[in-house]
Amino acid sequence: MGVWTAYFEYLSVGIEATVVVWTISFISAVVIAFVVGVVRFQQVPVLRHVAFVYVEIFRGTSLLVQLFWLYFSLPLIGYSVSPMTAACLGLALNSGAYGSEIVRGALTAVSRDQFEAATALNFNSTQTLLKIVLPQAVVEMVPPFGNLGILVLKDTALVSMISIADVAFRAQQLRTMTYDSANIYMVTLMIYFTLALVVMLIGKLAERYVKPSFQRTPLLALGAMR
Amino acid sequence: MTDIIEFKNVSKSFGTLRVLEDFDFKVRKGEKVTLIGPSGSGKSTVLRILMTLEPFQDGSITIDGTSYHQPGGKGPFKANARHLFDIRKRVGMLFQHFNLFPHMTVLRNITEAPVSVLKLSRAEADERARELLSMVGLEDKASSFPAQLSGGQQQRVAIARALAMRPSVLLFDEPTSALDPELVGEVLNVIRKLAAEHDLTMLMVTHEMRFAREISDRVCMFDRGKIVEEGRPSELLVRPSHPRTVSFLGAVLGEGVGGLGDDGDQADPARAEKPPGPRGDTKLFAAG
Ligand SMILES: Nc1ncnc2c1ncn2[C@@H]1O[C@H](COP(=O)(O)OP(=O)(O)OP(=O)(O)O)[C@@H](O)[C@H]1O
Ligand SMILES: [Mg+2]
Repeated sequence: MGVWTAYFEYLSVGIEATVVVWTISFISAVVIAFVVGVVRFQQVPVLRHVAFVYVEIFRGTSLLVQLFWLYFSLPLIGYSVSPMTAACLGLALNSGAYGSEIVRGALTAVSRDQFEAATALNFNSTQTLLKIVLPQAVVEMVPPFGNLGILVLKDTALVSMISIADVAFRAQQLRTMTYDSANIYMVTLMIYFTLALVVMLIGKLAERYVKPSFQRTPLLALGAMR
Repeated sequence: MTDIIEFKNVSKSFGTLRVLEDFDFKVRKGEKVTLIGPSGSGKSTVLRILMTLEPFQDGSITIDGTSYHQPGGKGPFKANARHLFDIRKRVGMLFQHFNLFPHMTVLRNITEAPVSVLKLSRAEADERARELLSMVGLEDKASSFPAQLSGGQQQRVAIARALAMRPSVLLFDEPTSALDPELVGEVLNVIRKLAAEHDLTMLMVTHEMRFAREISDRVCMFDRGKIVEEGRPSELLVRPSHPRTVSFLGAVLGEGVGGLGDDGDQADPARAEKPPGPRGDTKLFAAG
């Protein structure tokens, strides 16, 4: 037990970096996801093709390669970026691509009837999107975005490969000092799991927030967190 | 009276399926017209074209002086945003499944379009919405959500929502056919009140023959995209002459002889609440 406390103290220094990378990249990913998802859903001329290529490239290649590419290859074409910038940019672009499919899927799932009612009331297409379709779709987006948040958290461990001193990075350092891998990764795992619980809780709060008030159940009555 | 709706040589296909061909149809201002006919005969298509929910291929449509035509298919549907706006300003529609916005309260359902589209102030829109809600008998439901209402109540809210846009033409596509039988009457009562009190032009698809007879000035029998017979309900529904009308009415009314006889009594909630007496007949049918 004593050794775990000592390891925790050492590893916890990396929590800040993990949390910062997660927060910046996840928020940016959500923004990217909405923009790209809406562009593809509304079939905006030209932009929709750009969006398609972006999504397929970032979904179709590995995050680690993307991070290395941003960090090591961009300088070759004249754009030098700090490890932090490369880390957040890579994670945001990668998760934004997945997120845009969540947005597009939820928009597509809104019933045609809703569009027809909106047309019959003379809403234009922007009003229809903002007032009728998005508010309904957002309710459906929140649970998968909660999932994505947890995936992004797990992916943040990869940024240690481009020398961000996050929890995974500290674990590696500690390992080279003590060779006590079993105990180090036990504590590391608990730290990530605790962070994931926090992300999950944020997701549940968000789910509650987007539901119309009459459908809200007390938070503790949610039972098993799905 | 002037025509408010005119279809001229309109053709409409879904892929290779020709639904309307050289379709001509006129409705006078304030007229209440009911479309009847077998499933798939094109009744909804006519309403949906008027509501600009469906593009059509040939011919032209005039609504209250604004004409609308689509040479070569899809193009103008999008190109003419301004034009479509003008048409939608004059036309409102009620759907079989109500299509209320589930994430908005009843009040918000009614006020959202007047505020966003007609640029009324929130206060003005709210006030009007409350008047309309009391007209449909739901003043106490303003802050409920659609999912908390019965089907009949939802359709009444949908009527209030459509009226809030002050249309001159209101289209009803089987407004009561998704309702439990005991809820049909309350919706028909609201429509009946509208028909009597407003100079609204109403175009309705319904299988409620007794109701159609009571409120319409004219009934049009559709078959395969054509109007095969039309006339006053007191004639067409009682003494149909076209064989398709005879057999259709026979099937709908469950009688071998066909026609809506004066003594043929069906289970019809609307009738139970207010029988279509001679007063209603003379008043409404005289206009036709
Ligand atoms: N979106 C569509 N795509 C393809 N075919 C369609 C579409 N909408 C309607 N149709 C076809 O067009 C024809 C006319 O349909 P419409 O809905 O106007 O009939 P209707 O008279 O309203 O019938 P019902 O009483 O069943 O509502 C039918 O054969 C129908 O299958
Ligand atoms: Mg129909």
